[in-house]
Amino acid sequence: MKNSLDRDIPEFLEGLGQLQPFGGAFTKLKKGWMDETTVPPPVKAKLPHADKMCNDLKEAILKTNPHDGMTVSFHHHLRGGDDVLVKSMQILAELGIKDITLASSSLTSAHEPILPYIKDGTISQIYTSGIRGELGKAVAQGCLKKPFVIHSHGGRVRAVHTGRIKIDLTILAASAADNEGNATGSHGPSAFGSMGYASIDSWYASQVIIVTDNLVDYPCVPQSIRQNCVDYVVKVDSIGDPSKIAGDTTRITKSPMDLRIAHLAAKVIEQSGELKNGFSFQVGAGGASLAVAKYIREIMKAREIKGSFILGGVTSYGVDMLNEGLFRSIFDVQSFDAAVSSSLMNNQYHIEIPAGLYANPFNCGCMTNKLDVVVLGALEIDTDFNVNVITGSEGYVRGASGGHSDTASGANLTVAVCPSFRGRIPIVKKKVHTIVTPGESIDVLVTERGICVNPQQKELKKRLIEAGYPVKEITDLANEVEKITGVAQDVEFTDRVVGVVEYRDGSIIDVIRQVKE
Amino acid sequence: MLYIPGNNPAMLQQGGVYGADGILLDLEDAVALNQKDAARILVSHMLKHIDYDTCEVTVRVNHIDTPFGEEDLHAIVPLQPHALRIPKVETTEELQRILDIVHKIEEAHGLPHDQMKLHVMIETALGVENVYKLARFSPRIDAISIGGQDLAADMQLVKANDGIGIDYARKQIVMAAKSCKIDVFDTVYVDVDDEDGLRVEAEYIKKLGFTGKAIINPRQIEIVNDVFTPTEKEIRKAAKIYKAFERNKAEGIGVFAVDGKMVDAPVVQRAIRVLEMADVDLSTL
Amino acid sequence: MELKIKAQAGSFESSDVLIMVEPLDTGAGRQIELQSIVMKQFGEELLTQIHNELDQWEVNDVRIIVNDKGALSPTISARLETALKRSAGLQTGTLI
Repeated sequence: MKNSLDRDIPEFLEGLGQLQPFGGAFTKLKKGWMDETTVPPPVKAKLPHADKMCNDLKEAILKTNPHDGMTVSFHHHLRGGDDVLVKSMQILAELGIKDITLASSSLTSAHEPILPYIKDGTISQIYTSGIRGELGKAVAQGCLKKPFVIHSHGGRVRAVHTGRIKIDLTILAASAADNEGNATGSHGPSAFGSMGYASIDSWYASQVIIVTDNLVDYPCVPQSIRQNCVDYVVKVDSIGDPSKIAGDTTRITKSPMDLRIAHLAAKVIEQSGELKNGFSFQVGAGGASLAVAKYIREIMKAREIKGSFILGGVTSYGVDMLNEGLFRSIFDVQSFDAAVSSSLMNNQYHIEIPAGLYANPFNCGCMTNKLDVVVLGALEIDTDFNVNVITGSEGYVRGASGGHSDTASGANLTVAVCPSFRGRIPIVKKKVHTIVTPGESIDVLVTERGICVNPQQKELKKRLIEAGYPVKEITDLANEVEKITGVAQDVEFTDRVVGVVEYRDGSIIDVIRQVKE
Repeated sequence: MLYIPGNNPAMLQQGGVYGADGILLDLEDAVALNQKDAARILVSHMLKHIDYDTCEVTVRVNHIDTPFGEEDLHAIVPLQPHALRIPKVETTEELQRILDIVHKIEEAHGLPHDQMKLHVMIETALGVENVYKLARFSPRIDAISIGGQDLAADMQLVKANDGIGIDYARKQIVMAAKSCKIDVFDTVYVDVDDEDGLRVEAEYIKKLGFTGKAIINPRQIEIVNDVFTPTEKEIRKAAKIYKAFERNKAEGIGVFAVDGKMVDAPVVQRAIRVLEMADVDLSTL
Repeated sequence: MELKIKAQAGSFESSDVLIMVEPLDTGAGRQIELQSIVMKQFGEELLTQIHNELDQWEVNDVRIIVNDKGALSPTISARLETALKRSAGLQTGTLI
């Protein structure tokens, strides 16, 4: 069957069941309530003074009754420095557990050692927001037994609420925790800041293990995860590599191309009228997207504008702007640098939020619904403004859905920034490989060769043209790019669907097919 | 004018996107001695196939007395870039030889003799001494530029980067250019990270009368453009912008258009700077 | 064009291509080894371009090794032309 973006979606997939085709960004939300039934969180009981401490991770895992077909979940706040996920999967594999569904909020290059477990069937399904490196290549080649699901950050929370992701065991790393399981990432030698992605797991998993390398005296403050959810606590020597978990500070890119795109984007934002007192703002964590913040900061200072909040995905650059008084608050679901963790710890207006409050559309007001301006990157964008952030031009999975579709849908002004082509690969083209964010959510595309405005933004387009901006039709830009790079051959796929891209409302916006090698 | 090394495909193909008024494709100092042929062929193909949009394209060829110079002319002149930049010019005699060859090539290809311009680059003390004669040598010459690094070396200056040693040369070159009413471009500012230093130098050379400056990194473009925008006409425009800004501020509007062009905070700041430089009392507007 | 020696042009830099040419005995034909970071998307196009240009330069018995880092079509033409001219001893205006 075709969804509303003309993508072919199977009605039924072995390993996933019935699929609902995407029908527009707000079609399901318009009703005001969720059609699907939700599952209740588990209600557990412990006897007085029961000791949660385990000697090691294996002991803790054994106590949670691991079994074939179980779902195990993790957060990805340790980013490229994560040690916990791989070690946990190793233990489960050694225990002979098979047919595991892995539900990590995202997968990074640090998780590549689990590739053999995918190939041998220990892991048979994956729910995640992003996959990279060799793992991304392997799943696109069809190594996983059941189809994988790519979801957004908000969509993951929704999926746990509906029971689609049914977590048997969650293993949550924390940089500080006490023996009852109160845990945080805001301080400690391996501090990583917000634990926003872990909250839903801690509330809904049948069994919760906290893993820390820094056991503190009771009580651990602040509490990102509270003791009443936690079954077991393990102290390990190290939860990961601090240098890869959190860099020192995030530097603005020096690439002239990215800076030029960013400067143009900042001017577009100013021209849109969204840059006014009390506005809210989100940017990506690097490249042209983060560089936009540099120019917005200058404009805000020059025009004495004070914003309401920064949302994200927060870097030290955002913290600087908070400290300069340019914004009143930061709502932090993921902290990228050491400077961010300490701001979270010390500044009461730097507020940690769980992923549901961040981006789940099925509540009374997730933060992405309040966003005024968001600046996002893109791996590919097509002439309908649909964006791909998950697959590369050779068909492998190499990115993440993340908060892309969440923020794009909610923001008043969604600005996509990217070069029009990279190396010889077109980024602006007629049709993207995989749609993650629908074109209706993207308002403006800013590239080094021109600005393209979504036809539904007539007023903005008029304003930009009148003010002398290099506005182009996106089809013209796509043709211009094709003339420069030449016509790229499409990657060949088989008919087998190896993964689905789930929109934040649970409908399927696109599928990923097996790459023909 | 953004300098782009002639043997670097990545930079050549992106030359036109940075908003520079002009780009210089360099076959001379930016290219290794054993890659002169590769650069020449690469730049030729780029000129033929890459659309540089609204940028004026200049090609700096090697000096006629090198093993490479004449080949450069044979390859580039038929492609008729906006201008040809001749480096290290010292005498009218060499200019004549160059013009003769250019003329012959254009003749052979049926091309006009007044379309492609010539830029003369002064990089030695002798060049500076002769600049008056060189500037007016041909109506095809429409700009002179100074090569500060090479000039400082030729003068055997101990401290090359404070501008003092080449100051007289700068002024002499400007005077020669002005006497022929042609453009005059200043030399590169080497420290790419020192944005304040670049601004100070750009403001100084603008006061001397230079009409443009060489740029070696796209990040420098904005600062130089910023310094060089105001002219007599711009002062009037600046006044218009300032008045509109005051009017709109009273109504709470921050961004607006004047004469169909966008005015945002930096533009207002620039307008105020122009007016200040022109000693206009803002309260009288 | 008559090739005489082994020669190369270009580099391993991003958006460039390294092309090495080696003359072969008459009748050996064209042996083209192609490596590219955009092989899947442009492999065929690269091969077609190289063959077309070899036709234009009238070069037939040659071994060509191409190592491409996403070069655009004008760059490929330029590097091939340079390598061929170097191989034929026809390069001018350069230090060898």
